[in-house]
Amino acid sequence: MCDTCGCSTEDWAVLRKPGQSDYHVHVNEHEHAHGEHHRHEHGDHHHEGGGRKVVLEQDVLQKNNLLAERNRGYFEARKIFALNFLSSPGSGKTSLLEKIIPALQQRFPVAVIEGDQQTTNDAERIQALGVPVIQINTGSGCHLDALMVNRAVKELDVEDNSLLCIENVGNLVCPALFDLGEALKVVIISVTEGDDKPLKYPTMFHEADLCILNKIDLLPYVEFDAAKCRENAMRVNHHLEWFELSAKTGEGLAALQEWLEDKLAQH
Amino acid sequence: MHEMSIALSIVEAVEESARKEGAGWISEIELLVGKLAGIEPESLKFCFSAAAKGTLAENAVLAIEEPEGVGECGECGITFPVNFYYAECPACRSLRVKIISGEEFLIQSMTIEEEK
Repeated sequence: MCDTCGCSTEDWAVLRKPGQSDYHVHVNEHEHAHGEHHRHEHGDHHHEGGGRKVVLEQDVLQKNNLLAERNRGYFEARKIFALNFLSSPGSGKTSLLEKIIPALQQRFPVAVIEGDQQTTNDAERIQALGVPVIQINTGSGCHLDALMVNRAVKELDVEDNSLLCIENVGNLVCPALFDLGEALKVVIISVTEGDDKPLKYPTMFHEADLCILNKIDLLPYVEFDAAKCRENAMRVNHHLEWFELSAKTGEGLAALQEWLEDKLAQH
Repeated sequence: MHEMSIALSIVEAVEESARKEGAGWISEIELLVGKLAGIEPESLKFCFSAAAKGTLAENAVLAIEEPEGVGECGECGITFPVNFYYAECPACRSLRVKIISGEEFLIQSMTIEEEK
């Protein structure tokens, strides 16, 4: 049950805004029209009766993919450049946004969608930068989907020509399968993880357009081979754009900043 | 556990089609889940039974076909089996490999039964 309005929300995601405790919008993911149905004994199998086979040949993720394309069309029409930031929990997605947004917002309007299972902590950090932000709390959900982003964008009222940063739920597995309508997927790994991450989670690295190795200021203290990591990532996806930086010290940020500004200008 | 939301999508999709067809219930759903699709069939079956509760698909059997991964070399053009995305061409060692099969993720068909 929702602790704010008391409605039954079990598996729905909730949109929240930092500092507005009375604001929340439920994203109803699965509106089943449960009508009558008939129970059957397990012995009552189709091969005994005259079941009719209906060919569907439908993509399982079709609903999400269609909605993602709708988001993509909306972004295109409004010249919104949407980036989907993906990583394990704690790789530094929010810290990186905190570092790149101040410079980028001098040139382009920036808006942020934050995804986490619970809390508005990340949205509060982003709000401190003075950019529009909305938090999606997925509850038990392990990833953002196109419907959540669709609702969040409407609530956020993103300006034309904006850079829209979507920070996905920290997870290197599930979010890889769900298109949100973004222009590019950005995967972040940090040097405190393993340099074989790209091989262990190939689906994510295969789907990504950009890979950022974060926390390089810690390289002297950890057993992490940056060259090896890059090689592993390139084995999974040789189209990956590769950046090495430290969101904390600012080392290597300029190259990413420049690349993003170029992309935004061309967009 | 993205298998849960995927199971819910499957139930939603087949139920919608079954209602259009005027089905009483769904006895079987045929899925095509490529070995590289990032879906764990056992986990999907487990989630499906929970997701299908109280729907027309409640008693449906999930029949999952799992096509093997096949890669095609972008250099020499041969095709060969692959287990991972980071496949290397066994003939010319090129890494420029395109996956041509194994990423399928489709609801192939469903078998519907008349009402009793």
